[in-house]
Amino acid sequence: MATIGILIETEDGIVKDTNFGVLTAARGQGDGTIIALMMDGPADSAKDVLGKYGAHRVVQVSIDGADRGASPDLKARALAAAIEKYSLDALLGLASAQGRDIFARLAAFMDLPLASDCMAVDLAAKTVKKSHFSGKTFATIKMSGSVMLCAMRPNAIDAVEAPADATVETFPASVQDPGLVKVVEVNKEAADKVDLTEAGVIVTGGRPIASADNYNILSECARLLGGTIGASRAAVDAGFAPHAMQVGQTGKTVSPRLYIGCGLSGSVQHFAGMKTSKVIVAINTDKDAPIFEKCDYGIVGDLFEVVPVLTEVLKEKL
Amino acid sequence: MQIYVCVKHVPDTAANIKIVGENGFDDAGCKFIANPYDEYAVEQAVQLVEKNGGEVIVVTVGKAAAAATIRAAMAMGAHRGILVTVESQFLDSRTTAQALKAAIEQDGKPDIIFTGKGAVDSEGFQTMYRLAQAMGLPVVNEINRLALGDGKATVGHEIGGGAREVLEVSLPCVLGTTKGLNEPRYPKFPDIMKAKKKEIKTLAIADLGVSVDGARSELVKLEKVPERTGAKMLGGDVRQAVEALVKILKEEEKVI
Ligand SMILES: Cc1cc2nc3c(=O)[nH]c(=O)nc-3n(C[C@H](O)[C@H](O)[C@H](O)COP(=O)(O)OP(=O)(O)OC[C@H]3O[C@@H](n4cnc5c(N)ncnc54)[C@H](O)[C@@H]3O)c2cc1C
Ligand SMILES: Nc1ncnc2c1ncn2[C@@H]1O[C@H](COP(=O)(O)O)[C@@H](O)[C@H]1O
Repeated sequence: MATIGILIETEDGIVKDTNFGVLTAARGQGDGTIIALMMDGPADSAKDVLGKYGAHRVVQVSIDGADRGASPDLKARALAAAIEKYSLDALLGLASAQGRDIFARLAAFMDLPLASDCMAVDLAAKTVKKSHFSGKTFATIKMSGSVMLCAMRPNAIDAVEAPADATVETFPASVQDPGLVKVVEVNKEAADKVDLTEAGVIVTGGRPIASADNYNILSECARLLGGTIGASRAAVDAGFAPHAMQVGQTGKTVSPRLYIGCGLSGSVQHFAGMKTSKVIVAINTDKDAPIFEKCDYGIVGDLFEVVPVLTEVLKEKL
Repeated sequence: MQIYVCVKHVPDTAANIKIVGENGFDDAGCKFIANPYDEYAVEQAVQLVEKNGGEVIVVTVGKAAAAATIRAAMAMGAHRGILVTVESQFLDSRTTAQALKAAIEQDGKPDIIFTGKGAVDSEGFQTMYRLAQAMGLPVVNEINRLALGDGKATVGHEIGGGAREVLEVSLPCVLGTTKGLNEPRYPKFPDIMKAKKKEIKTLAIADLGVSVDGARSELVKLEKVPERTGAKMLGGDVRQAVEALVKILKEEEKVI
């Protein structure tokens, strides 16, 4: 029976929803023990919600006498200590900006195989499925090594509840910072509420959005859906949106349950970053726009007319 | 400064990938380019050397055809190249990092090693960390800000939702670059001609004492991502189309 660790991510002390899909993926591996590892937020208050998705044990990983915010290597070493302490067969987590970094540090430090941005895992077969060639193909990767490390693409797996009674414990890791990398400042001022890569719903505006202010039209709609807004490279390059909002091959890779593309032509490079979305809707004035060949639902129309009506209808019907 | 830049030779992101057998693809029939993220690395290295003096050396692990990518980086201003040749189409990141380390250490003493933030073919996002670990150097990935001074590099990167982090590392170090750091230059014709005369040292991976048997991950299967076959178009006036959409998203797709 496998023992699977899950690195839980929190935002302001609250467990992010995207963790639940990762827990669901871990549960799909036969009846092993699932240990949720918490480096940041408080384990006590997370116990119930993690138990709801099947965690058996919730472990607060603390680092003796150190400021764990000060060094990413220190966090990776604490995780390495937890892997050894609990004899984990696999560690799963999120391929968010921070998750990708810590998993890669951990993999390098422990010399273990890592697959980043996985869509599916099979611990028995020791394989993962992940994107390859900028989203054009899926690759099945077979891993050898004592522990499998898998950073999962947020939202790739639907979260399903399976209540378990989780217990809480603490693990004080006695590790030392190699002193190579020092965090000198974290600036959250410019941060949006929902990170694009982890959003469940994304409303994207392409080149025809024509100004930064016009994104407000999309924001209102996105907010009603509990999501956030994105941009195409053409819109970013024109100065209508910051690069952080860009979806695509040279932007973010996203996999929301609903992606609404407004004024997007449907370029290969844009689709490289969002084609694994569950449902894709396109709004475009041109009935022959290539995007209509690649999405699930289409409306021919001007985004400046369609989106406000969509917002109105959502207000009525949600 | 002695700056090494790791550049991968990858299929053009717009190229159609034809899968061959279980886990291969038709690389002969496919246009290759320098990994787009590695271009930010080359540009940064060239700018630093233009300012401080020194040398930019491109290191590539790949098939013999990967020399073209080294030439492309040279046209951007890199001075020399090292090509470590391998036979296989896919090499795991552990082996790649070992080969990069051996090639760099055999060649000289780096002040900085730049990589891209990730390769657009294998999408591994880890080679720079393994390289840094093997060499005992600090590493930061996905940087879009860099300032040097006092033997230190101060770098900035995004940590999600637009939040930013500033980190400090001492040189030598390994830095993975991403969009926003600079604007990679388009080489002019004379630069392309000049690049043809620059030196590329070619050696086989085995000559570096690196064995491909140490791989911990193996590509066993490649398959096309299923394409959608065309949208269901929602007609009528705007209000009707939107109402139909909301109904479907709620009741059939259950995504809102
Ligand atoms: C190496 C490389 C990397 C790239 N990386 C990315 C990337 O990461 N992300 C990315 O997005 N692109 C990327 N691109 C660019 C990509 O090729 C396209 O140029 C870009 O995605 C087009 O953006 P767009 O769809 O917003 O604009 P356009 O191609 O201009 O399309 C606009 C569409 O909107 C429709 N339209 C016009 N007015 C309206 C209106 N009022 N209402 C509704 N519809 C309207 C038009 O019919 C058209 O179909 C990359 C390109 C290269 C070469
Ligand atoms: N075969 C290679 N040759 C040279 N550099 C490489 C190679 N593979 C990876 N790299 C470098 O490591 C970075 C990350 O690659 P990856 O971990 O495969 O996503 C790339 O952007 C390159 O800079």
